[in-house]
Amino acid sequence: MSITHVDVRRGAYHDSVTLLQVSRTVADVDGVEAAQVAMATELNVEVLSGMGFDVPEGAGANDLVVAVRAADEDGVAAGIAAAEAALSAKSTTPSGGFGDPPPPRTTAAAVRAGGADIALISVPGRYAATEALDAIGAGASVMLFSDNVSVEDEVMLKDAAAAADVLVMGPDCGTAVVGGVALGFANVVGAGPVGMVAASGTGAQQIMCLLDAAGVGISHCLGVGGRDLKTAVGARSTRQALAALAADEGTTSIVVVSKPPDEEVLADLETYAAGLGVPVRWATLGSGRPDLTSAVEAVLRAEGRDVPEWPSWVAEGDPEAGSVAGSLRGLFCGGTLADDAMLLAADALGDIRSNIPLRDDLALGSDMRDDGHLVIDFGDDGLTQGRAHPMIDPTLRMERIAAEAADPTCGVLLLDLVLGFGAHQDPAGELADAIRAAKESARAQGRELPVVVSVTGTESDPQGLTRTGETLAAAGASVFLSNRDATRHALSFLGSTR
Amino acid sequence: MTSPTTATSTGSPLRGLLSVESPAVATAGVGLFADALRGQAVTVAEADWQPPMPGTEADLARVMADARRAEANATAYARLIASTAELCDVKQAKDALGLERGTFLHAGPPIDWERASGPLRGAFIGAVLFEGLADNAEEAEKKLAAGEFTFEPCHHRDAVGPMAGVVSPSMWMYGLRDEVHDAWSWCSLNEGLGKVLRYGAYGPEVVDRLHWMTDVLGPILQQSVRATGPFDIKSILAQMLQMGDEGHNRNRAGSLMLLRELLPGMITADASSNDIAEAVRFSGANEHFFLNLGMPACKLATMAAHGVPGSSLVTTMARNGTDFGIRVSGTGDEWFTGPANTPQGLFLGDYGPDDANPDIGDSAITETAGIGGFAMAAAPAIVKFVGGDVPFALRATQTMYEITLGEHPMFQVPILDFRGTPTGIDVVSVVRTGILPQINTGMAGRVAGTGQVGAGLVNPPTECFPAALAALGRAVPLA
Repeated sequence: MSITHVDVRRGAYHDSVTLLQVSRTVADVDGVEAAQVAMATELNVEVLSGMGFDVPEGAGANDLVVAVRAADEDGVAAGIAAAEAALSAKSTTPSGGFGDPPPPRTTAAAVRAGGADIALISVPGRYAATEALDAIGAGASVMLFSDNVSVEDEVMLKDAAAAADVLVMGPDCGTAVVGGVALGFANVVGAGPVGMVAASGTGAQQIMCLLDAAGVGISHCLGVGGRDLKTAVGARSTRQALAALAADEGTTSIVVVSKPPDEEVLADLETYAAGLGVPVRWATLGSGRPDLTSAVEAVLRAEGRDVPEWPSWVAEGDPEAGSVAGSLRGLFCGGTLADDAMLLAADALGDIRSNIPLRDDLALGSDMRDDGHLVIDFGDDGLTQGRAHPMIDPTLRMERIAAEAADPTCGVLLLDLVLGFGAHQDPAGELADAIRAAKESARAQGRELPVVVSVTGTESDPQGLTRTGETLAAAGASVFLSNRDATRHALSFLGSTR
Repeated sequence: MTSPTTATSTGSPLRGLLSVESPAVATAGVGLFADALRGQAVTVAEADWQPPMPGTEADLARVMADARRAEANATAYARLIASTAELCDVKQAKDALGLERGTFLHAGPPIDWERASGPLRGAFIGAVLFEGLADNAEEAEKKLAAGEFTFEPCHHRDAVGPMAGVVSPSMWMYGLRDEVHDAWSWCSLNEGLGKVLRYGAYGPEVVDRLHWMTDVLGPILQQSVRATGPFDIKSILAQMLQMGDEGHNRNRAGSLMLLRELLPGMITADASSNDIAEAVRFSGANEHFFLNLGMPACKLATMAAHGVPGSSLVTTMARNGTDFGIRVSGTGDEWFTGPANTPQGLFLGDYGPDDANPDIGDSAITETAGIGGFAMAAAPAIVKFVGGDVPFALRATQTMYEITLGEHPMFQVPILDFRGTPTGIDVVSVVRTGILPQINTGMAGRVAGTGQVGAGLVNPPTECFPAALAALGRAVPLA
């Protein structure tokens, strides 16, 4: 009979990433069977009760829950002790010296304290607009990593930023590189003449990495948020970013990367860009438009560069082309990579169901299940409320990989993996284990499950592109730097369904 | 708020962001990102971000987006620091405030007898006895309970009173004038420490002392001020902060400086030499002599800042022993109240925590104007009186910068390299950070008639601030 402990600590806030790490630390303690240390958001309370922990009534989003189940009292005590040690190690150390000022508490105070040019804001979405407005007021440009920010707030922030001559990168902006500084999720790429404006985080990373593989560096990559090229936002930040890059001496050409934009916004933007005096090239996804890889190849040709052979590690022993029954299952952390793959796959397979569907009628239900072709973006707002981005917390996707392996309608698994700053330090090891387990479980059912991974990364990334590719290939996956090539490889296994 | 500029007016767009060699970054939220930046050897200022007070997201968004707010706060703050405070007169309350017989002023937000705490009831009883409106305490209490008298907050008459703050028509008051804003504020004379009316004591020695102050001290002070005044109280405040006072619970240097100003006029007043000697001895023996001048000086500053539409600057913090109330520049005369907390601190003699009444007095006007607990770093010795330690005193002042609009140009803290005291509490910042104003205070006995039991540290109840924020939100004009 195990013993369960749940306590609520009022007003003890920690961010979700920190708590994820603390939870893992506690769960690893000897004798602890299950543990969760989380803010008592609605979603987390659900998760906790799903784990068999009863959270007392009245606990709210500002309250910390420490929940531990262990075989005996000693195990519970050890779990709580580990939680406390991890929390105190994680909490911002108040400056130790006699008379040193306490750390700043608001974004504007931090901007003033550090003379900051940029504020990187990653607080939960419902508080994000407040902090961003605060930073703009203090004269800093904002990278707004937070998602779940309303489009009304986005417009309000971008108008305030334009009035103050600063830039709002975001909301839901995962990637930016400014003056060589990588913000959020970004890869280690060389400096060079190409400036980027990105309404897409992983899309920008894919392009940066492909350019890097072709030996072309970037000057800056200015994120603008995934909705900037939608009618409601009207490319407010994109215009500011384009103007700034056009005026930048180190930038000789610009690439705009975006999830599928609204047509009239793109048309207006193309007119605007034509007057900037710097070539602007487009990697704006959409039906009938080039995929990300092809867009990069066009940029390289326009720059008079050779298109290299994109790095890949192809698994041996996979089923023959066209021999696999069942459907495509794309499980992505990067929304734009998912879009890119879906657009390519739709040409070959027809309709693909998704939580970020190409058409409204292709939307997945709340159970996220379908017997046909499907692509899921685990980084979408709907799946990140109250939890960290899947590039930090891969739990949900790992669970789904195992579920797909056991699902006889799953014909091929297409995954992405993003390296670089901010991402998991050893993502390949964890994913390789999951891939091995998936292939084995399919094999146990008499299926041979091909697994294809699109890896966005560079050799200079802390995780290393080649190292990652080899690790995954050793687990039986085929690995491609180009998301297009990865998708095509996955499609090659399926018999044409059209 | 920075003034808007356009891309074309500054030459390089985005304030030159793309030309910065290695941009410095401020972070709020996930610690991982700050770590990743430090890993790139980038200068990082990491905010110790916490969620705002629960349920305030919508009001915060509305108030922060109020286009009037930045300028309104700048205006209110400029008025606050521009106000002057000169001791210009000493008068009885009936003449100074037109206070009618049977009306009693008190500290804090409005309250009735039913809800009044022990020390406030005790002070009312003492004042009724002093005014000769009852023959004994029982009769006074009966009449008070029967509603025979009128109660009104000092703040409603531009006055302030320490602790119970009870003022009756015959009491003498200091009159301070703000020349810049053409305003007056008034405060009673300090009775000294121990068993005194403001701490809720009403025994014969308390009432006798009030009579002596009325018959002897008041007239001598009036003659002194009228003959040799006015005296610049704001200047004394600035000086005393550099002499180890914080102006709320430590007024030693200020009291001596004030006495230095008043002495020549007191000595030459038309009174017997015995009375003059007693008045001088009484004033010199009282280390809180100055408090009753610092408070109206602060009141003048916050009055000047009051009434600016859209401003979220707090212009009043006051307690009546039951409720703590605040008023805000942009929300008019509405009080936002919550139950007063009980101070934590050090106790006199055998008194202990169970003897202390909840927070009481208008003296938190000092913190509202940027001194007192906000200037604690200037007065490290105060920790021996109110509790805490010296690092706490330094931290208290430095933490208050997070919730204030500016740094006072005249009130400076030497140990912080003459940084101005954190001044002008912003409701928005309090709600966002959850940091509550730090108040240094005296503690009155819970039971009427006890007097002072100690001194300590206290914060306002949290709920005042979300309520004020909601009212600010309602006052935002529709776009």
